Amino acid sequence: MFDSAEASALDIARAVAEGAMTARAVVEAALARIARLNPLLNAFTDVTAERARTRAAAIDARRAKGEPLGPLAGAPFAVKNLFDVAGLPTRAGSKINRDRPPALRDSPLIERLEAAGAVLIGALNMGEYAYDFTGENVHDGASRNPHDPARMTGGSSGGSGGAVAGRLAPLALGSDTNGSIRVPSSLCGVFGLKPTYGRLTRARTFPFVASLDHLGPFARSVADLAACYDAMQGPDAEDPACAARPAEPVTPTLAAGLDGLRIATAGGYFRRGLSAEGHSALATVAAALGVTREVEWPEAARARAAAYVITCAEGAALHIDRLRTRAKDFDPAVRDRLIAGAMMPAGMVIRAQKFRRWYQARVLELFEKIDAVLLPATPCTAPRIGQETFTLDGVEMPVRANLGIYTQPISFIGLPVVAIPVPLTPLPIAVQIVAAPWREDVALRIACVLEKNGVAAAPKPARTSSAPAGA
Amino acid sequence: MSPTDLDEFIAASARALALPVEAAWGPAIRFNLEVTFRFASLVADHPLPDDAEPAPVFRA
Repeated sequence: MFDSAEASALDIARAVAEGAMTARAVVEAALARIARLNPLLNAFTDVTAERARTRAAAIDARRAKGEPLGPLAGAPFAVKNLFDVAGLPTRAGSKINRDRPPALRDSPLIERLEAAGAVLIGALNMGEYAYDFTGENVHDGASRNPHDPARMTGGSSGGSGGAVAGRLAPLALGSDTNGSIRVPSSLCGVFGLKPTYGRLTRARTFPFVASLDHLGPFARSVADLAACYDAMQGPDAEDPACAARPAEPVTPTLAAGLDGLRIATAGGYFRRGLSAEGHSALATVAAALGVTREVEWPEAARARAAAYVITCAEGAALHIDRLRTRAKDFDPAVRDRLIAGAMMPAGMVIRAQKFRRWYQARVLELFEKIDAVLLPATPCTAPRIGQETFTLDGVEMPVRANLGIYTQPISFIGLPVVAIPVPLTPLPIAVQIVAAPWREDVALRIACVLEKNGVAAAPKPARTSSAPAGA
Repeated sequence: MSPTDLDEFIAASARALALPVEAAWGPAIRFNLEVTFRFASLVADHPLPDDAEPAPVFRA
């Protein structure tokens, strides 16, 4: 019996194309799982049921007429609620944005996925205004980790990680400014792709830090991640930061293996504060790839500091009017950081942007000698919801600010990264595969090898096995 | 800056920026500002040439 909860997006598309399954049945099964599991996981803030049914019926009608279907035909997907979805106010995890008029059009990434046949089933919980690594939200409640609902999903794309790990959807979209795709990928145990800065259009999404914002997909298989990414590529004049380069599909080279790839790990900064689980996952991945080389990543601590400074300042500039008029409607933890950011002297921010250029040049020199670097994604597995501190290397530190210590130095210069889940027991944790700019294909090839040899996998949470079977 | 200096800076900045900062928010804002200034100082300690270009550039 076809199990659409466990099936990949590509399996679903194949089943729909072959007539083994209708898109309508896949959507109904997904809606039933959401109705059953979302009260526990709190991944969805909006379910677009009627839209999804209409869309699925149209796909089934196309098939009945013998018309060609897209590569993701009938595959359900959901988006972090900072994406414009026609008919919904783009809340971006906030109370304030709920007063906005409903979006008139979908974000272009939704349009592109639907053009490939995927079916939007809803919008997903997130940390307020994406200024978050926990997945907690004071207005909508915390996203809950499918592997242990008492634990964090990670954020800010918490609902995206939870929905895919919890088998509510095979695909989800999120955003990543400092780690908001890779942190939930790690804590929820799913694959996540943060593409090169400028690769995917951010038009018609609610921004956070213009010079750091990226969008990207979550999935439970590398092939799904690649197919979703390929469907979304291409220039878009509506986003000034979106590169003019044409789409460079990665699916055709996914199974190319490791031949010719120079892969290393990095020590120093990226080993400090790492838990035993993080060390174990990294060692397992390196051993599976036969990687023994270790490189020195330049100035990672300073890069993280500069990313922090730029985030505070650009985030504050975005929200300054709302801070003046509706300060009490913010999550206090977000508000107080933004107010501090508004007070930063401009010279500090410009200095951080100058350092960024210097740092980018040093890191690109590193990528002349190697093709990919393996790094931890998070210091530890999922902390408990509400947990304020954790102990790293014997030092007690705030969780909220430090879950992204290994992700920030990478997104700071827009490098492409695939987060691959290592299914440790009882909780998964991810490893980052970082490649040179515009070489998502390299990171995905490596991820594909690790998935094939069983080192990387999106483990099935025990609780979702009680979801309705059937389609 | 001392905590008192920071509190004065926060109060003056709030007035200059027309931000309605309530007294109860002060400690959290001060904590965040301390972290931010510490990180900014770490960045500033790194020597850069005068002609270093900031990373985001406008292309006409």
